[in-house]
Order: sequence, then structure tokens, then C-alpha cells
Amino acid sequence: MTDFTMTKDAEGVATITWDVPGKSMNVMSFDGLGQLNDLIDDALADDAVKGIVITSGKDGSFAGGMDLNALGGMKAAAAAEGGEPAQGLFDGIMQMHGLLRKIELAGMDFKTKKGGKPVAAALPGTAAGIGLELPLATHRIFVSENPKAKYGLPEILVGIFPGAGGTTRMVRKLGAVAAAPLLLEGKMLDAKKAKGAGVIDEIAADPVAAAREWVLNGKPADLVKPWDAKGYKMPGGAPYHPAGFMNFVGASAMVNGKTQGAFPAAKALLSAVYEGALVDFDTALRIEARYFTSVMMNPSSEAMIRSLFVNKEALEKGAVRPAGVADQRVKKVGVLGAGMMGAGIALVSAQAGIEVVLVDRDQDAADRGKAYTEAYLDKGIKRGKGTPEKKEAMLGLITATPDLEQLKGCDLIVEAVFEDTGVKAEMTKKVEAIIPEDCIFASNTSTLPITELAKASSRPEQFIGIHFFSPVERMLLVEIIKGKETGDRAVAKALDYVRQIRKTPIVVNDARFFYANRCIIPYINEGARMITEGVPPQMVDHAAQQLGFPVGPVQLTDETSIDLGAKIARATKAAMGNAYPASAADDLIFWMEAEGRLGRKAKAGFFDYDEKGKRLGYWKGVQDKYPLAEETPELIEVQERLMFVQVLEAVRALEEGVLMDIREGDVGAILGWGFAPWSGGPLSWLDIIGTPYALERCEQLAATHGPRFEPPALLREMAEKGQSFYGRFGAKAAAA
Amino acid sequence: MTDAYIYDALRTPRGKGRKDGSLHELTSVRLSAQTLNAVKERNNLEGHAVEDVIWGNVTQVMEQGGCLARSAVLASDLDQSIPGLAINRFCASGMEAVNLAANQVKGGAGEAYIAGGVEMMGRVPMGSDGAAIAVDPSLAMDTYFVPQGISADIIATEYGFSRDQADALAVESQRRAAAAWEDNRFDKSVITVKDQNGLTILDRDEYMRPGTDMQSLGALNPSFQMMGEQMPGFDKIALMKYPHLEKIHHVHHAGNSSGIVDGAAAVLIGNKEFGEKYGLKPRARIKATSKIGTDPTIMLTGPVPVTEKIMADNGMNISDIDLFEVNEAFASVVLRFQQAFDVDPGLVNVNGGSIAMGHPLGATGAIIIGTLLDELERQDKELGLATLCIASGMGAATIIERV
Repeated sequence: MTDFTMTKDAEGVATITWDVPGKSMNVMSFDGLGQLNDLIDDALADDAVKGIVITSGKDGSFAGGMDLNALGGMKAAAAAEGGEPAQGLFDGIMQMHGLLRKIELAGMDFKTKKGGKPVAAALPGTAAGIGLELPLATHRIFVSENPKAKYGLPEILVGIFPGAGGTTRMVRKLGAVAAAPLLLEGKMLDAKKAKGAGVIDEIAADPVAAAREWVLNGKPADLVKPWDAKGYKMPGGAPYHPAGFMNFVGASAMVNGKTQGAFPAAKALLSAVYEGALVDFDTALRIEARYFTSVMMNPSSEAMIRSLFVNKEALEKGAVRPAGVADQRVKKVGVLGAGMMGAGIALVSAQAGIEVVLVDRDQDAADRGKAYTEAYLDKGIKRGKGTPEKKEAMLGLITATPDLEQLKGCDLIVEAVFEDTGVKAEMTKKVEAIIPEDCIFASNTSTLPITELAKASSRPEQFIGIHFFSPVERMLLVEIIKGKETGDRAVAKALDYVRQIRKTPIVVNDARFFYANRCIIPYINEGARMITEGVPPQMVDHAAQQLGFPVGPVQLTDETSIDLGAKIARATKAAMGNAYPASAADDLIFWMEAEGRLGRKAKAGFFDYDEKGKRLGYWKGVQDKYPLAEETPELIEVQERLMFVQVLEAVRALEEGVLMDIREGDVGAILGWGFAPWSGGPLSWLDIIGTPYALERCEQLAATHGPRFEPPALLREMAEKGQSFYGRFGAKAAAA
Repeated sequence: MTDAYIYDALRTPRGKGRKDGSLHELTSVRLSAQTLNAVKERNNLEGHAVEDVIWGNVTQVMEQGGCLARSAVLASDLDQSIPGLAINRFCASGMEAVNLAANQVKGGAGEAYIAGGVEMMGRVPMGSDGAAIAVDPSLAMDTYFVPQGISADIIATEYGFSRDQADALAVESQRRAAAAWEDNRFDKSVITVKDQNGLTILDRDEYMRPGTDMQSLGALNPSFQMMGEQMPGFDKIALMKYPHLEKIHHVHHAGNSSGIVDGAAAVLIGNKEFGEKYGLKPRARIKATSKIGTDPTIMLTGPVPVTEKIMADNGMNISDIDLFEVNEAFASVVLRFQQAFDVDPGLVNVNGGSIAMGHPLGATGAIIIGTLLDELERQDKELGLATLCIASGMGAATIIERV
């Protein structure tokens, strides 16, 4: 495949065009790098060529970045040849640096800085990752006026960092402080902001023409990068410069505090920046390559790329959609119940351009639900996102009404009424009498079995669960639940709808608490149990945060409310009868409920709050009933309990067929409840620690803390055979 | 084994470590040389009388760089045949100089040494020599680096010391230092710093604030709260290392932390033969020395484990010790020492400490050994222990015994 082509014109400009066939956006492969290298060699050697312009053949974009699969492949290729995988990676990265450095020096004599050919990048739009690192190696970057285009280095978001010189060049160009949001947060900038920050040089109506003009007039001094010029000083100061010192001290602290030490890429990035800042540019690139290699060799980054990039995208693109079902995109959705969930569902549907009928028992209640969208859009306009016109258009899509008859033209119903089987059953019957025969009916229940709810339906094959997370507009995951009789068209409908509203779906079979809550509830309960054992509540939350969870279980209990926990416990107990195990966690939750400490909403829970609902600190009253233990447990013990109690549920869900695809188990956990993203998800985590170790630890934890840590048969079998989850289930899942 | 004796211990007065401090006009080399000369003169030594000068100094850059010990020897009246060794163990540098010298003498490597140190904090600011542990991300993140003030506040939080307790200790330090000066208790050790014309520059500690009370200290804002809670947020790092704590209580401020000052100190250490040769009477024996590494995040708890270690190594008990000098780097360091060993606060830092008089980093270790010896003699007691907390998580201790 030809990714790069070159034309030379009469005036002496060689234009290299990047246009990967069959892709809407360019992605860099090793093959592509080789082609680019040959073209650069050709242009530099050709005396008729005076300057080089690098551009893209894609409308509105330059390139999206590196093919992450190719990076992984580099490691595998080296191993396959019997070599050291790290060496293969390092050599490949250094080769990439060699090419970019060749572009940067453009044939000049390094001593006199003369004789180089001007090289400019002309970007029609978005340039991310190596798509920006390549332009950063040229002498001048021209971008189009395209207002939608974004420029940046988002690598950190998938657990790696810019490893094609982007880290070293950005820091030397902007200084460590200014480069920090781009490198550490992966912030993408539009053309104007990118120019303001100094990331790109010029905005032009026709960037290729402007770049041509520039290379034809480029002076030798224009080609010398500041870091290649004599007397270069890093903007803002290098680490041991008085001004730079405090910035670098602060950077380590801020990154460590923010990531809670749970993300190896951030630390490696910062180390590459610091160590690189102390040496010359070429040595800095080598340091960057070594740290980048170390991140790529870290099983965490492989797992993160797999879950957060490859598999997330696959699920969004319909990896688990039933084959052969026609397009099921939703035109008009009926949302039953205009409470917090219903209002959020109406909002995200309208945002996707779907017509919404938002129904509640009276006009006021329905209007309040619609007002949620209005308030949300107003807030956006205040922050410069959206316009009053767009807002009106979006509000125009939502009909708020108490009248069920209005649901007549809907092709999907999402029911979000009170969490009670009876109430839901009545609603189902009433609505099914009105809606078209082929309309799919979905329940947004978070706890009630779908098969049970489907009994109220006269069309159970068209009945499904679509479980949103709260707040709907912010949470990225949607859990789709198949009841016993749910048909393929209902699944396809739910998946197509989720794709429309740009969220990530997982599809699971019906069982108590489905998948997400099945794992979250034990996590919360384990935290509660530890409090009853006298572990300081803050230690439980800190332990979770250091695992990368956004919120610890104790705080999460307050957020979701203690009476909800109590209600779920009572309902589960009623459903399971004698099979329900007695639990110290329940005792604590029931006691808190009786004390009226219901959580944040009551401004009293495991925390004390001020009148505005701001957390003041952990409530010391809990220690009147459950005094602190003499000995504080080791942090790792607390962490392993919190991890295994969730992970074992994921394994059981897989074993029982609730989870049909391990990719969904991993992606769903990270997006659904922020499960330790660095691990790639619960099943990836088991692969990282190894099933034999997991088995051994579970047996120890079960002996010390109870049968909830008893290893499931599947884990035992895999540990005995030395299997990994992705080794055993991964290929089948990817083929599906 | 040979015994190592202290024959003399002296120090300069401590000047405020800033532009308007009296010693600010002097170079580190000059102050060091004057201190060395005082040892030579007071003891009628020949220029070649000692084997080496071991000189502690923390911020070894600019005028304090380039092996200051050697520069100081060459600037002094000592012979050029005496080499000079510059050492850095942060706040215990002066003590480590003494301990090294004592152990050299005990081991037979030379008859006598001058050991001590200097720090001109107003001229060469703390931290201006850089520090990988603070700034190198690999190290700073792995060791959960926080600045010392945060560490002192972690101690207060972990061991339950209130702002009032810390302030009370500071008030007492000021009271005792003022009383000691009033009673001329530093006469034996404090030398007068003079200019090249013999004119007096400083003859008295000038950092002290006699009359400091709870009310005046209560008005001071905590110094480390901002960097802890906001930018860059060191408390988060502290809580990662100490996850059982809910939040860090910021109790330290300029009034209950050690003062930034200029100063130098020296101790003359030798074996029995040395004393006989120069007609000097040994004042004390250096009975034991010790050092230890501890958790670098809480950083400043070293005095407790190093004291436990020196006791265990020498078959001693805390009750054997008559008087203690525990460097007042921060109030919580001393409070923790008193708490851990349940010692009578009346026996600790009898004449005040670094909170009242200041803490010239490289010199303090030698200063407090001298102060301890003076007080043992005044009270006619036998055994004293001096100890300091040390940056990056270390501790050092010396036990002296009057002879």
C-alpha cells in the first residue's frame, strides 16, 4: 500500500502527500514510515528540489496518530525473531527518531547550520500523536482555518506518552510548564489556541500554498531549531535553574497526587522530560525512547491500549451486534419518567438529533425533566459551547407531556419510572397498548431482572434492558441486558441507539444486578466491612484511590445513598431467602440508616457535610459503634480485598454466561465505575498478576476474610493450566 | 580501643541569616577560618597539631563549594599540611564531622582532629545546590517526596501534637535561651566574631525573640498549609504514604520552627597523648556514635530510632542519660522524641535550641554537642545524648561522658 506520494514542481518544491488508502484519517504504520523516509532521502538528494512541503490527502485532517497495534507488533516481531522484545521496540523507536531528526536537520551541515532545505508542514486539519510529532520536526507548521480541527498529543489518555519526539520537542519549544497540559492531560487545541500556545506557526486559508511560499523563501536561519542553536535555554528554566526548580518539584508532586501513583505512563513521561532537560537534544531523544520503551513493555500500557482504545472502539462499532439485522437507528424515543435518569436520557437523545417524547404523570413533572436539558445547554452556552439557536433546535426535539397517546409514533421506549416491579409492569401494559407493534421497549432498571419485567409485556422478544449510569450525560457506558426471550432485533436496536448517542455499549445476559452492579455492590460492601473491623474509613478510600478508582467505596456509599444500599440489601435478602449470607456490611448500613445518616443527600453519612453539601470530614460517630482496631492493616491487604472482591464477581459473571465477551467485562468496568484504568479492567488485571498468583491470594483471603473470596472453578482451572484470560478467551472475542 | 576526648568546643554567635544579619558581610571561608583559629589559639596548638579538619556544610555550592574545608584551612593559621575534608549529612553534618573524627581517633588514624561546620544561610540559600530527591520524578515519586515542613506536620498529625503544644515548646525554647544568656551559660563556648581590624562584629546570638508568648505565636499563619493543600498539593503525597490519616494538620510556622541563621562551630577531639602533649585536660569522652536511615516522607523522626539503636548497641538505657540535646528543627521533632522515650522535658534542650537561636545547618550538630557538654559540667552530671533529625530521612546521635 502506498501511504505517501511525492510530486516535484518546476519551481523546486517537493510536495509529499500522506493519504492512507481506505482510511478516513491517516494513521502511521512502519511501512508508512519507511516510505516517508525514502521520499525524504530522494528530495534531500535531488538538487532540483529547493524545499519540501508535507501535507495530507484527507479532507479536514492531517493524521490521527500511530497505529497502536503496530507498536505492539514491533515487540512481538522482535520476540518472534528470538530477540529481546525491548530491544526491538527501542530500535524501532530510534529509527523513527532518526527519520524525524533527518527532516529537522534537512541536510544542513550541523556545525555551520548551512545547506539545509526548508521543510514545512501544511495541515488541512486535525493532527494528533505522531500526526503532530512529524510536523513538530519540520521547520514551520501551517494549518487551515478549519474550526473543527484539533491539534495535540493525546497519547497519555491511552496509557502511553508521546514517544516520537513529541515529548522532547514540545518541552524544548514551550517550556515544561506550558507543555504540561498538552503532555500530561493530552489536551487538544483548536487552530487559534494552538497558535497562541506556540504549538503551530501560522493559520492560512490555503496552508499548502502558504507552506510552498515559505519553503521557497526560507533562509538558513529559519531552519535552525532553537535547541540546535548556540546558547539555547529552555523556556521557564531547566530543572536546576532557580525558576525551573520549583516547577519541576511541583510537577512530580502534582502528577503523583493526581494519578495517585497508579499510572506508569505519567511518571515515565515526567522522567523523560526531566532527564531530557539536563542533556543535549539528541541524548534527550534517546532518553525519551528508553522511557517510551519501558512504558510499552509495561503490561499496564498494553492492557490500557487494548481496553481503552482497541476494544472500546470495537464495541462502539458494533463488535457484538447480531449479524444480519437491518439498521435499527432510532428516530423517535419515548422516555417514561422525567426524573433524574429520564431527564438525562432525554438530553443525550436530543443531543443525538433524536426526537424525544418525555412523559411523566403531570405536565409540571414532565416540564421539570425537559428543563434539565435547558439548564444543561444554558451552562454550555455560558462556557462558550453551543449557541442559543442550537439550544432552541434541541429543545424543539423534546416534547414534555403527561399524555401517553403522544408515544404513538415512537420506535423505542426507554422506561425510567420508579424501581418497583408492579409500577413498571403497569406502565409496560399501558404503553404497549399505544405504541406501534414493532416498537422496542427498554427498561432502564438497575436492579430488577429483565426476564421478570418482560412478563408484563405481550412482546417479550421486543423487551430489553438499557441500563444507563448516572449522571447520564457524563457517564460513557450503557449496559444492555438481554432477558430470556429478548430477540436479536431488540439487541440491535439498543446497540444502534447507544451508537447514536455516542456511548459505549456492553451486552450481558440477565442475572441479579447484571454485570456492573454485581461488581460495584461487593466493592461498596467490602469497604463497609472494613469499617466494622476497625480500619480507618479514610484508609479504605485512600487505598481505592491509589488503585486508580475515582472514588473510594466509603465516599461512593454516601454518594449513592445509604438507604439505597439498605433497600437493595433487603430486596436481595427477600429474593434469596436463606441463601443470603449474613454480613457485617449490612449491619453497618442498617445501623447508619436507623441513625438517619443516609449519605450526601441527607448531609450526613459516613461524612459530615456543611449546609451546602460540601464534605467536611469522616464522621467520627461511626467509631462509637465500631472502634478503630489497635493495628492498621497493610495498604496492600486493603487494596487486594477491594480488587479481588470485584474481580471475582467478574469471573463468576463470565463463568455463568452473564458476561459473554471478556472485552465487555474489561471495557465496561473501566467506563462504568472507573475500575483501575491502568489495569485494563478486572480480567486484564488477573492476566497481569497471573492466574496462579490470583488463585493463591484468593485462597489466603478466603481463609482470612470469608468465602466471598473463594476462587471460582474457572479461575482454579485456568490457574492450574497456567492460562490467561486473553489467551483463552481473547481470540474468540476478537473474532466475534 | 583508644578513647577519643573532647578538649574544646566552641562556636560563633548565630547571626540572622539575611541581609540585615550581623554576619552577613562575612564569607563562609572567613567565618570558618576564624573558628579554626579560635581553636588553635585557645588551646595553644601548633599549626600542624591535628591530623585533619572535618568540616560539615550542607549547601556546598558557590563560596561554600569546592571543598570548603580545604579553603578554610588555607585561609586559617593552620599549616597547609593539614588537608581538610568537607562533608554533608544535611542537618547532622556538624555532628557527623565530630563522630567521624572521634572514630578516626579511636581507630588510631591520627591523634587529633578539628571537627565542626559552618552554614551561611543568608549568603548561600538552602536548596541552591539542587536536590535530585525533590526534583527527579523517578526518585521524588518513588520516595513520596515532600518538603521538610510538610514532614514536620505529618509528625504532628501522626503522633497527635496540637498547634498549642508546638507553640508551647517554642515559647519555652525562647525562655530558656534568654535565661541561659542572662546567666552567662554560653561563656565557655561562644567566641566573638571580629573583623580584620580586631573590631567586634558579633558577640551574642541575635535571632532570639525573648518575651515570645503563646499569644504572639498564635497570630502566625501555618507556613506549609498552602503548599500542602493547594499548589502543588504535597498533602496528597503525604496521604499516599500515610493512608490511614484523614488529613494533615498544619501546625508549624516561623515561630515554632528552627531559625535561618549564619554561624559556625568547632570541636577539638584527640586521644590521651595529644592532651598530654599540649597540656590540655580532657572534658569528656565520646562514648558512642550512631546514624540511621528512616522513611524519607515523614523524614524527621530519625532521633527516635537512632537513639534506640545507640542504646541497644551500647547496652544502655534511656534512663542512663542525664541530659539531652534534640535539635529543634521543628517543634514536633522534639515533642515526638519526648513522647517516644517519655523523658522529662526539663532534661531536654535545657538552654533552649534552634527555634530560639537558629539552626545554621552545617554547624548545628557540633554546636549542640558543645552546649550539652557545657551544661553537663554546669550541673555536674555525667552522660549526655545529642541527636538530630536529618533531611531525606536520617538520624544521628552522639553520647558523651564527662571524665
